[in-house]
Amino acid sequence: MRNIPLLKRIRENRLFWPIVALALIFIFDAIFAPGFFKIGILEGHLYGNLIDVLNDGAPLMLVAMGMTLVIATGGVDLSVGAVIAISAAMGAVLINPALGNKLISNDILTKDVTNTPMWLIILADLAAGTLCGLWNGFLVSRARIQPMVATLILMVGGRGIAQLITNGQIMTIYYTPYFFFGNGFILGLPVSIYMVAIVFVLAWILVRKTSIGLFIESVGVNAKSTHYSGISEQNVKLFAYTFCGFCGAIAGLILSSYVHSCDGNNIGLYYELDAILAVVIGGTLMAGGRFSLFASIVGALIIWTFTLTMYTIGVPANALYAGKALLVLVVILLYSEQARVLLNKLFERKGSKHGTAN
Amino acid sequence: MTDTQTILSAKGIGKSFPGVNALEDVDFSLRRGEVHALMGENGAGKSTLIKILTGVEHPDQGSIELDGKFVQVHSPQHSQELGISTVYQEVNLCTNISVAENIMLGHEPHRFGSVDWTKMNSLANQAIKRLGIDVDVTQPLGNYSVAIQQMVAITRSLEILSAKVLILDEPTSSLDIQETQLLFEVMRKLKSEGIGIIFITHFLDQVYQVADRITVLRNGKLVGTFETASLPRVELVAKMLGRSLTELNAMSKLKIRADQSQDRKPLLEAKGLGLKGYLEPIDLELRTHEVVGIAGLLGSGRTELAGLIFGIESPDSGTLTINGAQVNRFSPLESLKHGIALCPGDRKAEGIVGDLTIRENIILALQARYGWFKYLNMQKQYEISEKYIRLLGIATPSADQLVKNLSGGNQQKVILARWLATNPQVLILDEPTRGIDVGAKAEIQKLVLDLAEEGKSCVFISSELEEVLRTSHRIVVLRDHKKAAEYAGDVDDQTIMQTMAGNL
Repeated sequence: MRNIPLLKRIRENRLFWPIVALALIFIFDAIFAPGFFKIGILEGHLYGNLIDVLNDGAPLMLVAMGMTLVIATGGVDLSVGAVIAISAAMGAVLINPALGNKLISNDILTKDVTNTPMWLIILADLAAGTLCGLWNGFLVSRARIQPMVATLILMVGGRGIAQLITNGQIMTIYYTPYFFFGNGFILGLPVSIYMVAIVFVLAWILVRKTSIGLFIESVGVNAKSTHYSGISEQNVKLFAYTFCGFCGAIAGLILSSYVHSCDGNNIGLYYELDAILAVVIGGTLMAGGRFSLFASIVGALIIWTFTLTMYTIGVPANALYAGKALLVLVVILLYSEQARVLLNKLFERKGSKHGTAN
Repeated sequence: MTDTQTILSAKGIGKSFPGVNALEDVDFSLRRGEVHALMGENGAGKSTLIKILTGVEHPDQGSIELDGKFVQVHSPQHSQELGISTVYQEVNLCTNISVAENIMLGHEPHRFGSVDWTKMNSLANQAIKRLGIDVDVTQPLGNYSVAIQQMVAITRSLEILSAKVLILDEPTSSLDIQETQLLFEVMRKLKSEGIGIIFITHFLDQVYQVADRITVLRNGKLVGTFETASLPRVELVAKMLGRSLTELNAMSKLKIRADQSQDRKPLLEAKGLGLKGYLEPIDLELRTHEVVGIAGLLGSGRTELAGLIFGIESPDSGTLTINGAQVNRFSPLESLKHGIALCPGDRKAEGIVGDLTIRENIILALQARYGWFKYLNMQKQYEISEKYIRLLGIATPSADQLVKNLSGGNQQKVILARWLATNPQVLILDEPTRGIDVGAKAEIQKLVLDLAEEGKSCVFISSELEEVLRTSHRIVVLRDHKKAAEYAGDVDDQTIMQTMAGNL
């Protein structure tokens, strides 16, 4: 192991390509978007594009962590966007249960109060998402439905459930303490990023300090061998999907808090796709197996840095998806076997030249 | 012999894949109106030969003659056009459309630009009647049993593809006795119509019931083609396994004599343990300090026996007790807790976790027993894995090597290590030496004997009889998913072969 040249070891590190990609975007910004890196202090907290990347990207980072575990087992969860909607709706409706009831006048609805204690709101939000994850996990592990199909059910049905919870209304939230999660700051940094950090540390302990991480990777590589080794591959999958639902729930909490509302149709829209993209950028194979939570977080950061860069250089919002498609294309090409071989050859040649020069 | 009788003949067929000679200079000929059984153990080259005849693979050497004309079979489609049809054990038809549609697919009669259903149904009905079978052709195929589905596949081959040569690849493996008889009747009927049938099966009984001639392959080479009537079963088995009878008798016996001083206590007892369609109820007793060999041809139920004891499948009859305690729930995890371990027969699919390291592979089962939250720390993991790398002589630069990069023998040792780390009482080894070189084979055999000496109870399953004889104190012979006999260690191989063959 020790004999491998440093350059090669760095290049073969899981984080190498994601960080190169992020660096490329930053270099682009440095040239074409002067002021992108400017960070100022406003009302006692930091602001600037980079802080926005962290704050706006937090929900995606969370969802990407959940998605990482699911993909590592060899599955996929298409329902996270809908799970975000369900848990956001749960929070919104508990803040003001009368909301949506036409008999109650507007000035009651728009009051900055709630009868439900905050802990209950958070708990209900988290429970709703976790339950959704459990449902997905049950369908995949016990009913043995293909992950894509199983989670498609909730992807479609979940938004309907969110609408049911909110009585078909777009619910505006007026209760200021709730805004803390999406807009608050602690020690100058957005609250959401602390939540990401807490979930990351918890998840990291869970997958690296217990045997769950090993089991997840083992199931992803070869579910049958894993089963034959006495590991309940069903429970491992159940755990991964449940955790993904839990992450979706926190993302729902942050998102609804950020936009002060819950729109069952649009909150967290396409998050499942962005999350899958973040995981892929992070280098976890869609086929399952080895995974890295941190690499997926970097993947989410790449997506949001790219998005904000697009905005900063003046790409119109409606052309954004085309830009994103370009990003996907470049990433997929970079990660293909052919490109790897090509790049390796390129690097190797340089390396050997360097060697002879010495 | 004048060759008007021969419909298909292949001469000097050779085919090699990277690293293996799958077929070497094999001749094969099929006559009109005969059932020709193709026999051989796994890896003998049966499927490669069939693939060449059906155009899936192209031969490196040799020629194929069909109806007296040299042909080159380019693709499966081409082989069907030539008149060679294959019916596989898993029928590849569409179960959700009608029998008639399945038969006529792609050749539907048309009238006024649309399918003429009446004509199609009557054509299909006529066609399937030819086999002497009566079914409602308008019903979806899925409503019928696998046997009937096979008949439909055969009908399609004969009618639409006007097959002259019919290849039946393990057609009976999912049929019951009556269905098998029905299939045989159909085969005899087709025979009388002059169709040449190549019949592949692992059931010796069936070969003797229906085949006219037998071609035996071994290790990619032709052993010979024989008239069924003049080839006793034992000789067939000897030819499949690769030793002449005299040679077998002369073979030195390296058997381990039962050590009388050793105190063998009963450890595991299966009584009438069975699962319908998987394994017929079986009695088996395993004792400490003992290796029990399981002999039997491929498909005789060896792997199924291991699967039932280890809880891959739950039995529907009988009991299993270990150390006097009855096993009630059957799963690999339960077995692990009871001290039963299984090194599965299909190393790649059921054994190794290729993209994980040796260390991770070795601690997998131990960690499964400890559960999710008692995770072995890294130091301990390296300690355990390095201990077994040393002990079993796994050739690797480090414990961090990916298992998929190891050779077959070393992979097998890693799986062994995985189970030895759990300190099992009963160790079941299914084909532990398959596909590994001679040196590693001997090491593994020795290891099994050492483990038995330590007091473990080992079950040694192998298709190599010699190996079973050399390592086992007791030998259980399986045939057709049943226990045929049980012998003490000093039995000779001929007796076992006779039992394997079911000589009457």
